[in-house]
Amino acid sequence: MAGKLLEINNLNVTYETDEAVVYAINGLNLTIHKGETLGLVGETGAGKTTTALSIMKLLPNKVGVIKDGEIILDGIDIINSAEQDMRKIRGNTVSMIFQDPMTSLNPILTIGDQIAEVLELHRKDMKRDEISKRVDEILKMVGLPPTRKNEYPHQFSGGMRQRVVIAMALVCEPKLLLADEPTTALDVTIQTQVLELMKGLKAKLNTAMLLITHDLGVVADICDRVAIMYAGKIIEMGAIEDIFEGKEHHPYTEGLFGSIPDLKKEARRLNPIEGLMPDPTNLPSGCHFHVRCKKCMDKCKLEEPVINSINLDNTHIIKCHLYNDIHR
Amino acid sequence: MSTPLIETRNLKKYFDTLEGKLHAVDNVSFIINKGKTLGVVGESGCGKSTLGRTVLRLLEPTDGEILFRGENILGYGTTQMRNMRKKMQIIFQDPYSSLNPRLTVSEIIAEPIKVNKTITDKIEMENKVNEIMEVVGLSSRLVNAYPHELDGGRRQRIGIARAIILEPEFIVCDEPVSALDVSIQAQILNLMMALQDEKAFSYMFITHDLSVVKHISDEILVMYIGQSIEKATSEELFKNPLHPYTQALLDAILEPNLSGRYKEKKVIKGEVTNPINPTPGCRFAPRCPFVKDACTGRDLELKEISPNHFVACTLFD
Repeated sequence: MAGKLLEINNLNVTYETDEAVVYAINGLNLTIHKGETLGLVGETGAGKTTTALSIMKLLPNKVGVIKDGEIILDGIDIINSAEQDMRKIRGNTVSMIFQDPMTSLNPILTIGDQIAEVLELHRKDMKRDEISKRVDEILKMVGLPPTRKNEYPHQFSGGMRQRVVIAMALVCEPKLLLADEPTTALDVTIQTQVLELMKGLKAKLNTAMLLITHDLGVVADICDRVAIMYAGKIIEMGAIEDIFEGKEHHPYTEGLFGSIPDLKKEARRLNPIEGLMPDPTNLPSGCHFHVRCKKCMDKCKLEEPVINSINLDNTHIIKCHLYNDIHR
Repeated sequence: MSTPLIETRNLKKYFDTLEGKLHAVDNVSFIINKGKTLGVVGESGCGKSTLGRTVLRLLEPTDGEILFRGENILGYGTTQMRNMRKKMQIIFQDPYSSLNPRLTVSEIIAEPIKVNKTITDKIEMENKVNEIMEVVGLSSRLVNAYPHELDGGRRQRIGIARAIILEPEFIVCDEPVSALDVSIQAQILNLMMALQDEKAFSYMFITHDLSVVKHISDEILVMYIGQSIEKATSEELFKNPLHPYTQALLDAILEPNLSGRYKEKKVIKGEVTNPINPTPGCRFAPRCPFVKDACTGRDLELKEISPNHFVACTLFD
């Protein structure tokens, strides 16, 4: 397997306000290898966006606090990096695509200028005409006509705006791309175009990607490995085959799969997970999922589960008491 | 065959814009029988939400007919229409903007009763609200809560409670679960289907999510830039999609399994085109892999190709 590009160890992040402390990330461990696409799956409030913002060190000033842990990106200690060093890293070593292409572009700059801006910041060695050429190149790569580079975001549709955002994120050929629900706001036929584009670029540039999504269909299509997040921690992680074809799963993962209407099955009723994501200011004791878990045992209410390795290669792990005695 | 509950005939809704007439809904006809669900699918800008609102006369149609139990409601005056609204309701997409933030849960749910004066006794009204809250799965302790204190799933239950409290016969559901997490979506869909089983509601279920529409619909209408391009039973549409656009939509569905992962994807080029001053003809023609001359020049009509399976496409002329 390719070398490690990103390593997150025991990350703990809180949001601190006058009223309460929100325990957003609680002991997160994550690794992404070079060129690999890791899907980060979970519902609203699981902490996925917070994870991405922590990697970029873009948590809201003073309110978002990295309490503990380490984030090592391409050998760089992110948590202890100064802001001026982070500015060199953002857009260059690591880029981010935010969820809504409607609101993540500057409405008063042309799309050409916005892409050029990334180059002007990180490639001081490039002259104006070289930058212009590179902008044309990246526009072509994302399937947009370079003749439109002097137009403004509002003149483009959602799918096209998302391509501009992708162009901006990839123009400096970052090693890691953080994509936060990149196709959720797009129509399904446009989603196909954008995902095919991302796959092509991933193959060409060997960019690693952290793909945040709640859509298991997208995960099945583009990810190499998958991590499932609940209440601020990873509760299951594995290779794509482990997650989609494996027999053992965390009860929450089973619940997620059970909630999706299956085009092949005729079930009249879906199998939703009862209840809601726990209040992050007041997390349950023991396993944070125990309140909603159909297989909850007494141990689950008291003791937090350890990480159990499901297979010999240690590619598939599940944080659940059901698998404490699994021996392979 | 008894009179359908809802019928539209050649329904049109155009908007005037600075650049010209926007053909949001263009010549749409359908029937919904009692206790049945018509799913309306299509991508952004196809006119499905506009269709939903026009059927309820929340937007006035430009042309065509809307019949409730065989009677054309377009002739109704304000009072008659207000009376009709007790039987025809709507559930909105966004559970965050569709609830008055300054009213409590019970006040929001009671509002239709107050407006229509169907119950005047305070205690009776309270009991009705409590009854409906239980039916939709809202805990009674939320009676005095405000929407901002609740999550999307609970807020959508309030929207549903408000829509059903007058015991309507027909409910337009405009993307009612799109804004919700997957496991909450499942809870809400189950609730809606249970209510339909119990109270024989007819639904017009508008969505862009094909797996959801298959699950809940009896019949499905596919729209593209204001035009109806295919209509069939849910099972038939998925088994045998005829229109190239329907096929592209179904191809684009990513299932939560690895079967499609290594298959080559059919990517339709281009974007959804402008519905302002459209030229006569099929609006999918610019993107269609099977386009021919006959596709432009005159608007196409839905034709029955096999029993109860309609399509508007020159491939089937």
